[in-house]
Amino acid sequence: MQGGNTTMAQAQSEIRYLTPLSVDTKKKKYCRFKRSGIKYIDYKDPEFLKKFLNEQGKILPRRITGTSLKFQRRVARAVKRARHLALLPYVTDLMK
Amino acid sequence: MYNYETVFILTPVLSEPQMKEAVEKFKTVLTDNGATIENEELWGMRKLAYPIQKKTTGFYAFLEFAGEPTIVSKLETAFRRDEKVIRFLTFRQEKYAHEYALKRRSLKKSAAKVEEAPAEEPVEAPQAEVKEETNE
Repeated sequence: MQGGNTTMAQAQSEIRYLTPLSVDTKKKKYCRFKRSGIKYIDYKDPEFLKKFLNEQGKILPRRITGTSLKFQRRVARAVKRARHLALLPYVTDLMK
Repeated sequence: MYNYETVFILTPVLSEPQMKEAVEKFKTVLTDNGATIENEELWGMRKLAYPIQKKTTGFYAFLEFAGEPTIVSKLETAFRRDEKVIRFLTFRQEKYAHEYALKRRSLKKSAAKVEEAPAEEPVEAPQAEVKEETNE
């Protein structure tokens, strides 16, 4: 990840732009469960699970939320349980 | 013995005593089969995220129990036979789920205490902070 960034920066120094590109230093994504030490994801809390869903109620991919694989599986399981119990919708529009 | 939890949704057409009776019925199904009920919560009437059997609300009940694995199928047969139950979910609590459940129960108890004696409020405060952190 970091190696990629440096090569990008070099390429930019070679090509000159009229307006200097605003180089966004990407904020590193992290797994919120690992960071805050959450071990169990509760399906009973639909408001929390909504953070991992898009407007149509689909589960967001890991590459967007930054969740680790282990917890992504658990998130998915919690979401599916919540859906079964009609705490979350299977399909919807404009959830938020 | 394993720890299990189950949530079931009863139809909203029932009256309050009928609802209680139905919950009691399933509790006796459990206790008759040698399970011990650890926790019982009635979440009350809730709006469903999508209609089930053309109903938009349902009465949620939540039970935690400890028992042998054979009990689950017995409980679920009872759920299926009962027309009042429109949806149910039963599963075994794995290690962390059980820890969470214990914590949740003790929190509930302390929350109930806080209502009685508001001196215990600082116990609640750090929990709220943890929640905010996860909001990011």
